Amino acid sequence: MIAKALRPISPGQWVVMPMIASLGGSILLALPVRIAGLQLPEPVFALVPAFVWALGKPSAAPPFALLILGLALDLLWGGAIGVWPCALLAAYALTLSARRILAGQEFIALWGAFALACAGAFVVGFLLVALRAGHAPNLVGVGLQFFASAAMFPFAWRLLERYEATDARYR
Amino acid sequence: MSLRDGPFGEIKPPLIWLAVAALVVALIAGLYLFVAGGEKRGPLAGLGRSADDLTAPVGKVLSTPIAAANQGLGIVGAYVLAGSQNQQLRADLAAALSWRDETLKLRQENARLRALLGLRTEPPIAMVAARTVLDARGPFSNSRLADAGSDQGVIEGNPALSEHGLVGRIAGVGPQVSRIMLLTDVESRVPVMIARTNGRAILTGDGGPDPSLAYLRTHDPLHTGDRIITSGDGGVVPRGLAVGAAVKGADGVWRVILDADAAPIDFVRILLFKDFAQLARPATLAPTTLPTTATEAPEPAVNAVVPPTHTAP
Repeated sequence: MIAKALRPISPGQWVVMPMIASLGGSILLALPVRIAGLQLPEPVFALVPAFVWALGKPSAAPPFALLILGLALDLLWGGAIGVWPCALLAAYALTLSARRILAGQEFIALWGAFALACAGAFVVGFLLVALRAGHAPNLVGVGLQFFASAAMFPFAWRLLERYEATDARYR
Repeated sequence: MSLRDGPFGEIKPPLIWLAVAALVVALIAGLYLFVAGGEKRGPLAGLGRSADDLTAPVGKVLSTPIAAANQGLGIVGAYVLAGSQNQQLRADLAAALSWRDETLKLRQENARLRALLGLRTEPPIAMVAARTVLDARGPFSNSRLADAGSDQGVIEGNPALSEHGLVGRIAGVGPQVSRIMLLTDVESRVPVMIARTNGRAILTGDGGPDPSLAYLRTHDPLHTGDRIITSGDGGVVPRGLAVGAAVKGADGVWRVILDADAAPIDFVRILLFKDFAQLARPATLAPTTLPTTATEAPEPAVNAVVPPTHTAP
């Protein structure tokens, strides 16, 4: 049982599965559905792996995975190409720079850190879109998507717990 | 000799360095994508269209059962609320009957005045019906994928309407799919006019639900509730399409509550409108011999061909 629990996580479990899950979630919430007259929220699921990958074992694969994931989001949502790759990488860079401080922190503290990483991503996205469009995007819209994304932290916590329970290198 | 056998074989950089180096390379690649993606004819120009062709069928398959479930819920809701709806419909019908008489009267008067003035009405524009299958609503992009494309005659720039009003314009076209840039998108600009005053403005999307009105000429040009319609200026969209009603936002900026927001935009009509030239017969627009005009310092040769002016006796 212990031997099974300490089995190393494969790159597929570490990188590919979170990518597929993030894209799947984004496609599902992009369906033109209204429930009780209200549209579905549109969080950026890809911020979850961006945070978890930076907190876990450092490696070369996650930045390129985020590049691909961001490009896929740009193409799915029809936005300016390059915005989400840069925004996701900004969240990853912020988390990576605070990795030592965040190691071993409690649920609430990590949620705060995740919200800060999300804020970093949205600031980069805001600046790039303002640069491309020639005027600033609506701050209310940015705020709504930020809160919807920051609310995704329980998924990140679950992913971190899973990695830590499975592979000793993530402890 | 492999790298491991050389003098650097024993060097093992910390994994964090490797991650940082990969991050720097990926960031440079991301910035390149941003710069190259902005060029209309750049290397990434066709990428969006190809991606739309791939994602539209997925969205269509996924949205079908959800749309059916929504429709079912709507039927159940209508059954439960049948009594109150019946009462409301009776009131609406009574109001509509009075409007019908008024409309008929105005239509007759309009036709008579057009005949008197010799006005030429614009011919009807062909349109294509489509279902929207995916919907991006974030602050950085507001667009929808519709399941009609170049095979149905759709081209970039065509206006898209719901049953309530203008929704947006076509921003990308594939053979069977097209992407509608909504009026709320941060890059959307549509010339509009205030129906009451004929005052012009540019409807400017900013990623929020209510786009703003830019380039209003006078100090206080609008009243709350003023109808906003397309102006047709620049030949971008036909004149007179319903857009919404004006309202002053909390930030003091005049905004438009879009008519298209009144109901879900699950079906759209795409007007196959290119520009005003398509509304006229090409033969009438063909170049003809222009009369000679005199300049400020006419040459003697030019003066020679100008016919003599009529002089009073």
